[in-house]
Amino acid sequence: MRYSGFKVLWQGLTGNKGWTRAWREPEPKPEYDIIIIGGGGHGLSTAYYLSKEFGMTNVAVLEKGWLGSGNIGRNTTIIRSNYLLPGNEPFYELSMKLWENLEQDTNYNSMVSQRSILNLIHTDGQRDAFVRRGNAMFLAGADAELVDAAQLREELPFLDYDNARFPIKGGLFQRRGGTARHDAVAWGYARGADSRGVDIIQNCEVTGIDIENGRCVGVQTSRGAIRAKKVAMCVAGSSGRVAAMAGMRLPIESHVLQAFVSEGLKPTLPGVITFGAGHFYVSQSDKGGLVFGGDIDGYNTYAQRGNLPVVEDVCEGGMAIMPMIGRARLLRSWGGVMDMSMDGSPFIDKTHIDGLYFNGGWCYGGFKATPASGFCYAHLLARDTPHPVATQMRLDRFMTGNLIDEKGVGNQPNLH
Amino acid sequence: MSQAGRIDGGLIDRSQQIKFRFNGKWMRGFAGDTLASALLANGQLLVGRSFKYHRPRGVFTAGSEEPNALVQLRDGAHQEPNTRATMVELFDGLAATSQNHRGSLEYDLLAVNDLVSPFLSAGFYYKTFMWPKAFWEKLYEPVIRAAAGLGKLSMQNDPDAYDKGFLHCDLLVIGAGPSGLMAALTAARSGARIILADEDFRPGGRLNAETLEVAGMSGADWAAQAVAELSNMPNVRLMTRTTVYGAYDHGVYGALERCTDHLADSGGKPRQVLWRIFSKRAVLAAGATERPIAFGNNDRPGTMLAGAVRTYANRYGVTPGQQVAVFTNNDDGWRTAADLQAKGVNVPVVIDSRDKPATLNLPGVKHIAGEAVMDTVGRKGLKSITLTNGKVIPVDALAVSGGWNPNVHLTCHQRGRPTWRDDLCAFVPGGELPVGMTVAGAANGSMTLASALAEGHAEAAAQLKDIGFKAKKSDIPDAEDEPRDCAAFWHVGESKKRAWVDLQNDVTVKDIKLANTEGFRSVELLKRYTTMGMATDQGKTSNIAGLAILAEEAGKTIPEVGTTIFRPPYTPVPIGALAGRARGKDFRPYRLTPSHKWAEENGASFVTVGNWLRAEWYTRDGEKGWRDSVDREARMTRQSVGICDVTTLGKIDIQGKDAGAFLDKVYSNTFSTLPVGKVRYGLMLREDGICYDDGTTARMDENHYVMTTTTANAVLVFRRLEFARQCLWPNMDVHLISTTDGWAQFAVAGPNSRNLLRKVIDAEHDISNEAFPFMACGNITVCGGVPARLFRISFSGELAYEIAVPARYGNSMMGVLNEAGAEFDAVPYGTEALGVMRIEKGHATANELNGQTTALNIGLGKMVSQKKECIGQVLSQRPEMNRDDAIKLMGFRPVDRTRKLIAGSHFLNKHDPADMDHDQGWMTSVAYSPNLGHHIGLGFIKEGHARKGEIVRAVSPVHGVEMDVEIVSAHFVDPEGERLRG
Amino acid sequence: MIINHPLLGPRDAAEFVYLGDASLIDRPDWQDEDAMDQFHAYGYLRDNPAGEHKELWYHEQGDRSWLVVTRNTLTHEITNVEIARDVARARGRDK
Repeated sequence: MRYSGFKVLWQGLTGNKGWTRAWREPEPKPEYDIIIIGGGGHGLSTAYYLSKEFGMTNVAVLEKGWLGSGNIGRNTTIIRSNYLLPGNEPFYELSMKLWENLEQDTNYNSMVSQRSILNLIHTDGQRDAFVRRGNAMFLAGADAELVDAAQLREELPFLDYDNARFPIKGGLFQRRGGTARHDAVAWGYARGADSRGVDIIQNCEVTGIDIENGRCVGVQTSRGAIRAKKVAMCVAGSSGRVAAMAGMRLPIESHVLQAFVSEGLKPTLPGVITFGAGHFYVSQSDKGGLVFGGDIDGYNTYAQRGNLPVVEDVCEGGMAIMPMIGRARLLRSWGGVMDMSMDGSPFIDKTHIDGLYFNGGWCYGGFKATPASGFCYAHLLARDTPHPVATQMRLDRFMTGNLIDEKGVGNQPNLH
Repeated sequence: MSQAGRIDGGLIDRSQQIKFRFNGKWMRGFAGDTLASALLANGQLLVGRSFKYHRPRGVFTAGSEEPNALVQLRDGAHQEPNTRATMVELFDGLAATSQNHRGSLEYDLLAVNDLVSPFLSAGFYYKTFMWPKAFWEKLYEPVIRAAAGLGKLSMQNDPDAYDKGFLHCDLLVIGAGPSGLMAALTAARSGARIILADEDFRPGGRLNAETLEVAGMSGADWAAQAVAELSNMPNVRLMTRTTVYGAYDHGVYGALERCTDHLADSGGKPRQVLWRIFSKRAVLAAGATERPIAFGNNDRPGTMLAGAVRTYANRYGVTPGQQVAVFTNNDDGWRTAADLQAKGVNVPVVIDSRDKPATLNLPGVKHIAGEAVMDTVGRKGLKSITLTNGKVIPVDALAVSGGWNPNVHLTCHQRGRPTWRDDLCAFVPGGELPVGMTVAGAANGSMTLASALAEGHAEAAAQLKDIGFKAKKSDIPDAEDEPRDCAAFWHVGESKKRAWVDLQNDVTVKDIKLANTEGFRSVELLKRYTTMGMATDQGKTSNIAGLAILAEEAGKTIPEVGTTIFRPPYTPVPIGALAGRARGKDFRPYRLTPSHKWAEENGASFVTVGNWLRAEWYTRDGEKGWRDSVDREARMTRQSVGICDVTTLGKIDIQGKDAGAFLDKVYSNTFSTLPVGKVRYGLMLREDGICYDDGTTARMDENHYVMTTTTANAVLVFRRLEFARQCLWPNMDVHLISTTDGWAQFAVAGPNSRNLLRKVIDAEHDISNEAFPFMACGNITVCGGVPARLFRISFSGELAYEIAVPARYGNSMMGVLNEAGAEFDAVPYGTEALGVMRIEKGHATANELNGQTTALNIGLGKMVSQKKECIGQVLSQRPEMNRDDAIKLMGFRPVDRTRKLIAGSHFLNKHDPADMDHDQGWMTSVAYSPNLGHHIGLGFIKEGHARKGEIVRAVSPVHGVEMDVEIVSAHFVDPEGERLRG
Repeated sequence: MIINHPLLGPRDAAEFVYLGDASLIDRPDWQDEDAMDQFHAYGYLRDNPAGEHKELWYHEQGDRSWLVVTRNTLTHEITNVEIARDVARARGRDK
């Protein structure tokens, strides 16, 4: 069924009786060309682009819970391509271009809203670093705009310019940045992949990876064994657990990132705002809630929940730059488990086992990468060569020393 | 307006009349009222509009689960959106306004949404608004955003103060209803330290809302008596107006105490206090929340939960109507009919969905069994109800009870999953509870008063035993095991009209059915697609019914469909309270240098460096801008002498037999061979071979070194050294202590620095070039015996020293140095001039040692010893980090010397296109050099030295600037280093 | 969270700084023939278990001890806390 305003009107007039299911609930077949483990955002976008761009439809997505139950269902919905390093920036810019056409491509309104993202600048050294970054963004074909404090005061009068512990000296905008309705992204990809023949199998947990003579030939699941020519791991947050089934140790630790939403408010914030002296980022959803977050809790965990010190630290960051949110109330907080990688950057690569592929290590930046991650992973799965913008996202980069360390904090995942 | 809804009795103080305003209209209530009870007393049934359809709505509950009666409280900067009228204590002068309507509350223009609701079914927005593409940000989204949201922020800084505190106890009791009070009494009498917290301003929970007796007295009296006993015990902290909102690891609970929200004016006191409660054990006695039944037009003002109607009647002396029907699927609903009737309110009918005899015999009340309400009439207030048998009954209020849900919320905060109990038609605590927590009373599914009291006692006793207290045998007071039978009944299938499940977010039974049809069949997908349970009440009154309807549609049982778990906070917490005092200038502490006072007195401007405030430059009379000052400071230092407070550099005292060997491990170069009385520059790598930090380390004695680190890394380096000492080389005889705050340290730099210091340093210390050459160090005294340390090191490239005195002498020392320097025209200089001189000299600092660069990159590759073990040595040898075309630190100057360089510019070869593939590197630091008379810069560029003399383009597209620059040596001033040895 | 410090008793985890897997104690020998491989594994690869995890915490706001904490990454339950130096010695760190 093609969605449109006309369809919504027609269905409204006829009692909304004609809507059909957005996706099938198929039984697993005994064999597929490609099995994608993980029905989160990246798994679903991989399936979508495999079927749409590479014509591969004998594909199954295996999801242990409900589709979209990965970190696509529990993030702060920010999209941006304001990275610094050549190993990252072109990849995220591809993602941004895919975001910009996502609704038309998937025929699903995932509410991609390019309301801008702002990084605040508080010191001269920080300005130097942001100028370097903004220029790198330009060189990669993205947009960036450097503003001073006076311009900011005009545009965002509610920030604390006069009494801040760390004075606001300016900011770096990416006007094309913004947010998207995270669940709808997963649904749009799922519906698009399903309609092209991909089997999305929910409540199907992978319990083992079958390797014969050094080659991956399929998986064991809670719904039986399924064979496949290629098996693609796509389970950020659980990468350690799934890779262990293939005997792999990864350059990844699992950490929890908490996220927060306030009660609904009338329009308050125009775009995404990021504090540069503490760790706090915030936007306002279309429903009106302030959606915000900050640092990870900082200890290894697979529990999808965090602790109080970080809750308080994040709110302190918020009050430090916009003390007008003091009377808004925190409605809900939740935690998502992140694949924190050793240099803060992800992996889209083959593994040392033939037929077994890996996508993970997204740290807490996976959401914005959803389209490009799927696109490049599909490219790798279909063609067995990395997509040109993902050539550095390799598992062996710590052996060669080709690090992609945006923050420059080294091999300690909880600092990235 | 008269208080037409007021009836006899209640726990209000009728002697204290209170005036308040709602939407500008003055009304009256009494002390002990909530805003909701006062509005009902004044006959104000319509209090708000729903989120999506802008339906007229009235007060629905009497507690924190309220979905409808959200108001904007107070004015101006104190304006507080989305405040539950049911939780607001009435105070004199209170001002509240209704929210989420365009135009007046009575005539909301956006109520048009209700007329076009067929087009606004669940998730409709995912299917449209896609064409034309550009219209989303420009048209559709702004319209949606303006219509969405609830209340408004004032956009002014929150004027109130918030505090934070820690509390410790043996037993935390959450909820002061019957089971909580009983648990608290049991524990308190045993001598344990207890905290009893309740969100209400009046402890007692349902005891204050019911007519049930305890120990032969009214429940409210018994509660008051229990509270009186607890209040007089030193081991009890009774916290009213305090919501325990989250259960965190290892028995830590978050609680919000509302200190002045019930007052017209906070009087300068903190508005709220955020407590972190560290408990050994906890008893959750949070009670239960009533849920409605979904039927056609079940959202009209005047429709309320039956238990809430009872609360308003019994506790507040208020009724929402004069003809009140009751619709129930359980015994408890009957008590509403009985209590109203006892207060003289007419109850024409009790409709019980169960086909069984009346629970209570109430003369004059008609019992209709086995039927249900399927529709209502009355736009802004209820006029009549229509039953499934077709009967229309005129009423002005309807009390609905669909049974009670135990308040399991806090049991889920560590992801414990509740379990279903068929007999209660509800979820009870299940799975793994937070460590140390047990649950008592209605929260645990023990619904009758007698069982709640007994369980409160039993759970407290069991918890106490675990932690070594012996509970005294307390008599459990007599109380009723009142009938609590309940039969599952979620929605009225016969209703053809929209039947609301989630009142605030306007989710109806049809929406849930549609979601199921479209494949959103997991409860999580259902929530996300329909927004059910995502409103400010977190679905307290709606989740279970939604789940039940989904189960019914899917042909599954409720446990098969699963439940969603509740997340913290239990009720919303102001962001201001979570931040506490850490805001404005107090967001983080300031660290001040020892000479801060002197600097203030001498015209310094200050700059934030981490948590430090450092003098950035010192303005003198006649200087028009910062450049005047900085240029003078840098020039005068190189011409004569300058003085700079460098205390912020980290200082680590390292002692022990193995101190030298230890330093060899943590530095890339060797320190064990450093002679006593000498200083050496040291480069520290991370284990991954990237430069981490640099500084000088002095050998004061055979087994005693003093290390300096960069300001930014002082804490981190110390941490890493301790790791190396304790975990990697645990048998070395070496000890560390941070002395950053112990010593005030000053750079004295310039050709006259020795002459200046000779006036300050006591005469017996020979600091001639022969006796105290470049890179010498030693213990000295100054000003007639004050102990000090002297290091002959130079960051500026001039003849220079750093002199350290105990921190308490720091401010005086700065004065003494400047006075002594007067005859040489000595200048104090700040961080800017420091930066200018280090760029002139080509020293790398934070912009170059940015955590991404190697020793090779910064031109110190030879400092990584291959002859000894050190941190980072092995991994620094990886091939990609040693490429022939690796970036190298170089100097840059504009070909047109009048041009200003820009830090952060990227380098491109003369004729290459401006894209990432052709990026050659970037400019890290720039300054105007007053000594050279033009801008200079440092930067990294591929192949570095091999390209000296080459002209490249420095581009900064964010500035729209591009210029030609020449690659030169990074050492702009005195490249041979003659001055510093002079 | 609360960490029961072997010397100081129960302490709020906020007083500590977290580093990571306690295998970071087992730093390889730089002179081994396969030192690069060993250092790669030491520096970058982690077991990252879902369950019991031995990990390093530093009591920065306290006595500056490094501790080895045994904690379950699924439940956050802490079952053992040791002084890291004792662990390092027991694991045979010889210098």
